[in-house]
Amino acid sequence: MKKRSQAIASQQRRQIITGSIAAVGLASIGMPGISLAQNNPIKIGMPTILSGRVAMLGEASRNAAIMGVEKFNAAGGLNGRPVELVIRDSKGKPDEAARITRELVNSDGCEMILDAEASSGAFAVHEVARDLGFLVIHTCSETSALTADPKMRIPNGFRAARQGVHDAIVGGDYSGKVAKEKGLKRWMSISPDYSYGKDTTAEFFEYLKYFNKDIEVVNSVWPKLFQADYSESITRLLQGKPQAIYSCLWGGDLTSFIDQASIYGLMKDRQFFGVNMADYAVLTAIKAVPPNIHSGNRYLKSIPKTQQNAAWCDAYLAKFKTMPLNWSWENAVGIDLMLNAIKQTNGTDTKKMSEALKGMTIDSPFGTNGKITMRASDHTIIDYAIAWGDLQPKEPYMPNPYMGNWKTVLELEKLWMKKKGYIS
Amino acid sequence: MDTEALFECVTSMSCLVTQTSTGLIVGSLLFLVATGLTMIFGVLGVVNFAHGSLYMLGAYIALSAFRLTDSFIIATVIGALGVGLFSLFFERFFMRRVYGADVLMQLLVCYAFILILDDAVKIIWGSEFQSMGMPAYFQEPPVFLAGGVIPVFYIYLIAISAAIAVGLWLLLNKTKIGKVVRAAAVNPSMTSALGLNTSLIFAGVFAFGGALAGLAGALAAPVRSMSPGMGFSVLIESFIVTVIGGMGSVSGALVGALLIGLIRSFGSIGFPYFIEGVMFIAMAAILVLKPSGIMGKDNR
Repeated sequence: MKKRSQAIASQQRRQIITGSIAAVGLASIGMPGISLAQNNPIKIGMPTILSGRVAMLGEASRNAAIMGVEKFNAAGGLNGRPVELVIRDSKGKPDEAARITRELVNSDGCEMILDAEASSGAFAVHEVARDLGFLVIHTCSETSALTADPKMRIPNGFRAARQGVHDAIVGGDYSGKVAKEKGLKRWMSISPDYSYGKDTTAEFFEYLKYFNKDIEVVNSVWPKLFQADYSESITRLLQGKPQAIYSCLWGGDLTSFIDQASIYGLMKDRQFFGVNMADYAVLTAIKAVPPNIHSGNRYLKSIPKTQQNAAWCDAYLAKFKTMPLNWSWENAVGIDLMLNAIKQTNGTDTKKMSEALKGMTIDSPFGTNGKITMRASDHTIIDYAIAWGDLQPKEPYMPNPYMGNWKTVLELEKLWMKKKGYIS
Repeated sequence: MDTEALFECVTSMSCLVTQTSTGLIVGSLLFLVATGLTMIFGVLGVVNFAHGSLYMLGAYIALSAFRLTDSFIIATVIGALGVGLFSLFFERFFMRRVYGADVLMQLLVCYAFILILDDAVKIIWGSEFQSMGMPAYFQEPPVFLAGGVIPVFYIYLIAISAAIAVGLWLLLNKTKIGKVVRAAAVNPSMTSALGLNTSLIFAGVFAFGGALAGLAGALAAPVRSMSPGMGFSVLIESFIVTVIGGMGSVSGALVGALLIGLIRSFGSIGFPYFIEGVMFIAMAAILVLKPSGIMGKDNR
């Protein structure tokens, strides 16, 4: 009996020892797999424009996204998993943007897309997102229809950029006041001949007339995008004898126009309202900002005038040796929202992240009150700082900003959406 | 189409002066670029698709030279010479290998250099657009002539282009060098058989044509912002001018450039939504009626 119980105990000891060895062995095989999963980076694809005439859009976007990702990774990432940006150059071609987006998702292992394409590219990427179902946040397209039009809306598509109609409302409000003060009744416009130029100009005048009924738009001039010479457009403006001129020319086109218009004396005794003037790329390129120029803020260190905004700007300048641009703050917000959604859902599931993004409010140095919200109804951001004002040739470039009132913006935006048939 | 506004303009002295001067301004720079292109085609028989990039290079070189010397004149000269030297290098090491080759091969070589130059400009000067700004001595109020407005800088630009047009005519028609170039254009093998170094002539013409494009870029720098890839739009317009004027004809380039300039300036009043279309229609009409161009030689 004793021998039998000793045999049984010995058997059990062997089983326990064998089992323990097996468990340790299995654990040692299993653990690298777990470690790999933990360190496996979360890939975020970023199609953008890094060559050609609009290369600075891509560079400004990329820089801001890199800053956001580095900050997230420095704080430990997602449970030790770092985020990796996979950036591709679409060369500004929509078909190329669509192709590389598919490649980023299908071949490069990207789980979501931070789309830093201009409007034409953004619409192309949006359709790929509709088709493949990955999460996309557009950060450079300001064409209102991208999110305002219900036909465009998809559950996994969002926009973290200013919207043309928001700018137009604040711009119309400000410009209407200035027009009243200075008796500016006769207006003309010069804007690039493509959808952004046409839509933005139409929206601006709609709201200018809403806030000041005495306005008359006598004519509009539509030079080609990236047109080098504006002589014939300038002489046309001179013939029209406007008291004020509106323009949504941007970047190098705006700089060329201002330089050429100055030698014609176009700005003399006229007020110029250029929504895209207050961007460091333009302000530093134009050697002397002429008088009588008003602009909406694209990105300025002083708007909003907060320590957080100034600190972000200084950090950007220190890292990249160049001032941030409008596309920079938009991508900073876009990547912040995306990373916040990853953190909040503790993963990269598109559906969960999309749900988390709807209505998400984040702390942001670019918010009117230190916060920016991703509106749930149409997946676009609100509460970002919008200001208009007259410009001076040095910092702060906009010394007397007229800050947009978001209550007014949202009320008028609702009316605009009803008028467009986007809502009933 | 706004024929009423157009009629009003041509019957108003101030508008006529302003728009005509605008046409001359637009045409002047186009003439400089297109002349180089047409000379290269006329003598070497190649279409230099990289010509717009040479214009871009001239602008950027002039920008750097201006920042160093604060002299627009020196900057312009350095811009033109710099591009001339580059064109010499481009011709000697690349283009001469594709003379007589299929046009697709020539296009490929030129397109490769368009991409290389765009990226080189981006690396050296950055991707952000640059602006030279108007030199101090041109910061004057515009001149008023019969009520029309003409900026001082543009008067200088038109004068330079006119001087180059006259100088070029004299060079090609009244000098031995011009005679040699014309001979090489008409019959390079006979020219070579006569003991003239056609290889050197080709290199010289290519460099000169490139220098003209560089000069145009440098002259435009005070009023046009620069960015990588800016040469493309100039290239397209230069081709239109060259086709209208006649491939290989310098006087044709002048006529074509002025025609395009006037179409643009008066078109902005009469048919503002269709200026580009009118330019292409003009080109198509010329191709149908006189395929060799207005001043081109009929080869039939």
